[in-house]
This record gives sequence, structure tokens and C-alpha cells, in this order.
Amino acid sequence: MVQELGYRKESPSQTAGPYVHIGCTPNFAGIAVYETDLGSSMVNDKTLGERITVRGRVIDGGGTPLKDALVEIWQADASGLYNSPSELRGAADPNFTGWGRCPTSADEGVFTFETVKPGRVPYKDGRRMAPHITFWIVARGINIGLHTRMYFADEAEANAEDPLLARIEHRHRVATLVAPRKGSIYTFDIHLQGEKETVFLDI
Amino acid sequence: MSDLSNKKPETGAFFQRDRAWHAPALTPGYKTSVLRSPQKALLSLDGTISEITGPVFGHSILGELDNDLIHNFARPGESAIGERIIVHGRVLDERGKPLPGALLEFWQANAGGRYRHRKETYLAPLDPNFGGCGRAITDADGTYRFRTIKPGPYPWPNGVNDWRPAHIHFSIFGHGFAQRLITQMYFEGDPMIWKCPIVTTIPDRRAIEQLIAPLDWANTIPMDARAYKFDIVLRGRRSTLFENRLEGN
Repeated sequence: MVQELGYRKESPSQTAGPYVHIGCTPNFAGIAVYETDLGSSMVNDKTLGERITVRGRVIDGGGTPLKDALVEIWQADASGLYNSPSELRGAADPNFTGWGRCPTSADEGVFTFETVKPGRVPYKDGRRMAPHITFWIVARGINIGLHTRMYFADEAEANAEDPLLARIEHRHRVATLVAPRKGSIYTFDIHLQGEKETVFLDI
Repeated sequence: MSDLSNKKPETGAFFQRDRAWHAPALTPGYKTSVLRSPQKALLSLDGTISEITGPVFGHSILGELDNDLIHNFARPGESAIGERIIVHGRVLDERGKPLPGALLEFWQANAGGRYRHRKETYLAPLDPNFGGCGRAITDADGTYRFRTIKPGPYPWPNGVNDWRPAHIHFSIFGHGFAQRLITQMYFEGDPMIWKCPIVTTIPDRRAIEQLIAPLDWANTIPMDARAYKFDIVLRGRRSTLFENRLEGN
């Protein structure tokens, strides 16, 4: 026998269910217990950087947009710093939360984030990653939250040298992570299943 | 952040998630998963700074009644109807380290199994004094607590006669975005647990048992409320024993 490592097992995930709004966005659900829904605003008047809108849908294997999904995003500020205690490279913009949360709408299943375009952050080996936003999606029917990333179509040069995008074996799938731009709006549709399936990450 | 120690925040990558312990994406017994499960393999990525960092929330976001579901939606002087309980526990990581400053959000049905949500059509009535949401942030030793009423089981359109066991949903933020977790807490002794197609998406019985809160008699408040204890484990992270750069770069 050897010594025991003594590690615990992670609590297993369960679906967020159809009523996730009650707990995570109660005002959206019509329950006025908190002043505002957490994550409903990421920026204020003083936030530095280029203002952008990120909008999209989460689409199931039958082509139907989910009207009961909850989408969260996490990103660096305009100069590439995270508003987190584990960010040791410098102080992030105090007027930018870096984290947002939005339910997909009951009519068309659309999520919308008013945010800023993130700066570049380093990969583990020091290379710079292309600007990106981390996504986490939960919903009825999803047993464990899905992680993915959104990259920006107008950053072709940076995208071409991004270490994560470079690891995608089937090159036509890279496009599932790159959001096209129109004016200040980026559209990022997430396909859960099928032909256009988004690349999801085990991170 | 409630961690008042002067230790440097941890920046190690998280332990790889044991995806055989969690439910797979496709679990046909839970019908909605069929069209909502990715069919292609996940792309593995050792945590970068984008995943080892994450939002942290201060106690300043909390209102006085945020962790009291019996009263946070009730009219003045009134309270929600049902079995009064306290749910408490600790948030730890896989190394057994308590996680201070972790935000937990909870939501649940009322004592009759009815949710306060526009899409809910179950014939059991709403409780005018019960909203069904609450939140708390863990103390320096990783503990949290809230007061609520025990939720009832409710039927749902999956099989013709499927019922959810009594449960409380939990959303948990650790210190890194890769620790983000949503799960459900069940109650000791509920015979409905083992019949539920959502519970049994989890393949390992020991993993299911990790979601069942025991009755905690020692913390029951006489003539007021019983207590259940529910500890939550989030992913551990590697110690940065040696700061390393990958060979060849």
C-alpha cells in the first residue's frame, strides 16, 4: 500500500432546467427580490475600449433556437487584463466587470451583450492568443455547461496565429468560433449539434 | 473578496474534469438532451489565463434577506408555507481546500412543487409569500447557509408519469471560470430520487449520492426548522510547484 492522495470528487453537474431564470435572473422572471439581475451590465460611461454588441442564438440539432438557455461570458478588458484576483499581470479596468449573463429571449431566442472588444492575452507558452470571449451555456436538456470561445472576424491576422484555433483538426470547423461583424455588432450563433456544430471545449 | 489572508491568489490550471463521473451530454431517458447534446468530441485545452481567472463577487451585492427564502418574497409579517428548513454546508475544492468568497445562487419550487415562472403550468397553486430564489457568499472557511421551505416533488412532461424528486437547484462560482457549476441538491431518504431520469443521467451511484443532503439533526433549531447539510466540491487546481514554459517554445 502507498499513502492515500486524499482528493475529493467534483460535485456532479445537473441540468439548469427550464426555470433557471428564477435563480439566476429573477427580475427577468418577474420576481423582484434583488435590485438588478447579476451580470446584466458589464460597462459604464467610463469603461475604456471599443464598444461592441455581441448577439446570437443557441440552436438545437433540429434547427430551433433555445428560448430557455442562459449564456454567460467572461473576457479580458480592452488592454488584455482580467478583472479577477487571479490576474497577477496588472490591474484591470475598474469600470469593466469582464463577466456578463443573459437569458435567451422568449420570443426569438436571442442573447445580447453590450461590452468592449477584449485585448490579447498570453497563451501558456507566452505566445499571444487572438482576442476572444469565453462562453458558458446552460439550459434544459444540457447536463453539463458547455464551454466555447468567440473570436472576431475582423482579427484575421491574430486568428491565424491563435494557438487554440491552430489545434482544430478539421479546418472548416474553425469558422464556427469566428463571429462576423456588421457595424459594431458581432453575431455569434452557437449550434449545439449537427452539420454546423460549434467547437466546444473541455477546459 | 472575503479571503483576508495575505497569500497570493492561486493561478494553477484546474485538474482535468472527470467526464465519466459527470453525466454524458446524450442521455435519451432525459428526452430534451437528445437534440441539445453535441455529437462531436470536445476539444481539450489545458486552462489558460482565460479559464483560470473568473469573476468574484463581494458581500456588498447581498441584501439582508437574500439567504432567507421564507421571508425575501413575503408580505411584511408573513412567511412562506411549508416545512421550514435550513440548508448549510461548505464549498471545497477537490484538494479539500475551502473556497471563501464563492457566490451560490439557489432556486426551487414551493412546498407544493409549483415554480413561480410564466412557463410553469402545474395545477398546484403558487404561494403568495414565496418567490423561490436566494443567494449567499461563502465565509472565510467556505461555509454558506440559507433558510427556506422544503420544495415539493412535481410532475414534468418527459415520460407519461415522470416526477422530479424534491430538489433545490444550485449555481456556484468558484475562483476560476472553468470551475463554474450548476447542480441540484436532493433530500435524504426520498424514494423519488432513484426513479428520476434527470438524476440517473449520472452513471455512477456514488456520484448521485454526492448530491443527496443528509438530515443534520445537530443543527436543527428546536421548535423552528430542521437542517440539511450539503457540501459542494469544485475542481481543484494544480499547485504551481515549478513555473514551467513548454519545452521547445
